[in-house]
Amino acid sequence: MRHLIDPLDLSVQEIDKLLDLADDIAGNPKRYSQVCSGKKLATLFYEPSTRTRLSFESAMLNMGGSVLGFSSANSSSAAKGESVADTIRAVSCYADICAIRHPKEGAPLRASQYSKIPVINAGDGGHQHPTQTLTDLMTIRVKKHRLDHLTIGLCGDLKFGRTVHSLITALSRYEGVRFVLISPEELRVPDYIIDNVLKAKNIPFEEVENIEDVISQLDILYMTRVQKERFFNEEDYIRLKDSYILTMDKMQNAKPDMAVLHPLPRVNEIALEVDDDPRAAYFDQVQNGVYVRMALMMTLLEVEHA
Amino acid sequence: MLNIDSLNKGIVLDHIRAGSSMKIYDLLGLSQMDCCVAVIKNAKSNKLGKKDIIKIEGTTDIDLDVLGFIDHNITVNIIDNGQIIEKKQLYLPKTLTNVIKCKNPRCITSIEEEINHVFRLTEDGTQRYRCIYCEQEYQDK
Repeated sequence: MRHLIDPLDLSVQEIDKLLDLADDIAGNPKRYSQVCSGKKLATLFYEPSTRTRLSFESAMLNMGGSVLGFSSANSSSAAKGESVADTIRAVSCYADICAIRHPKEGAPLRASQYSKIPVINAGDGGHQHPTQTLTDLMTIRVKKHRLDHLTIGLCGDLKFGRTVHSLITALSRYEGVRFVLISPEELRVPDYIIDNVLKAKNIPFEEVENIEDVISQLDILYMTRVQKERFFNEEDYIRLKDSYILTMDKMQNAKPDMAVLHPLPRVNEIALEVDDDPRAAYFDQVQNGVYVRMALMMTLLEVEHA
Repeated sequence: MLNIDSLNKGIVLDHIRAGSSMKIYDLLGLSQMDCCVAVIKNAKSNKLGKKDIIKIEGTTDIDLDVLGFIDHNITVNIIDNGQIIEKKQLYLPKTLTNVIKCKNPRCITSIEEEINHVFRLTEDGTQRYRCIYCEQEYQDK
């Protein structure tokens, strides 16, 4: 039995295979409409989410399976003080696979230690979000036709942005990748990513504070939201929340084939005028997220391909 | 000159960095052991200038991983019949379970009951440990 807790739980070859399957699902969704018939997905969301939970549920429904679960800690036994370990032991009896989102970092790993069914990390605090990464990788591959030899700019909250940590970790395995990390000093990438991933693998990166200075170099610009829920101190949030806003004015200096990604939801970090630019790929990501989660659940459930 | 009797059976931890013996005393849980323990601080040392020594009488069963984590240069002498019968080599352990605690308030270990606090040695050769759950580095502060 396999889980997906960390982006590195899948090898580069497995990711390629999974993205190939996701591409095929995108091209022939009807062929996959019953591949998970009789299977149940449990969505254990201890933290609010619109996109990720609905994306998982939509993915399972698209394959003929069914879904059950909860969408906030208040509506689960966590409100009564139940541990993650106990909850997952119970859920293992009700479902065939589960997706867990939790505000505490490492909760999905904890769940996987006690689970009898595959566990998918659907986001743990400011730590990792590997299915968003698969979505990002699929979108980058569709837009650029490769995952290697790219200059990727990541902009905004790089400290608490779990999608950023997962994406850097996953892309670090591809040749010729270079990162430009654009953030205020207080929201820089945590040292465990710098030390364990970038420096450990000798991957070129630079940390800058000004998007205008670097936007012309980028093949991919990955924007993120400054997340209010990750701050213990409201004052810090208010001071930093408008640090970076992408406008058409700034986009003028970008490459004509640069792709702008964002894990969504956005607040104001991408001006609405950018939505109509052909380089805006963030709504493509949402659709790709469903296909890639279908491919992932098929893989972890070891169901036969159509 | 302070005299402490030599052991007939037990362990002598020698060449402890001066000042760290009480930390070792705590982490090894020596206060809970029902045996005679001598902690010698600031003894003269040709090698270190000053050193601490701990002598534990009657038992040879201690957690060498804990010692390796604190200082892998400590000399561990196993004593039987008043003689050193073995010198143990210490290594930095690959993992530490329930020796140190994760201090990250965002980590699952901050709320989950009965969870082991597990740290793994980083692979970059910098002798640092990270929580397996949140990956935050352990800092002894």
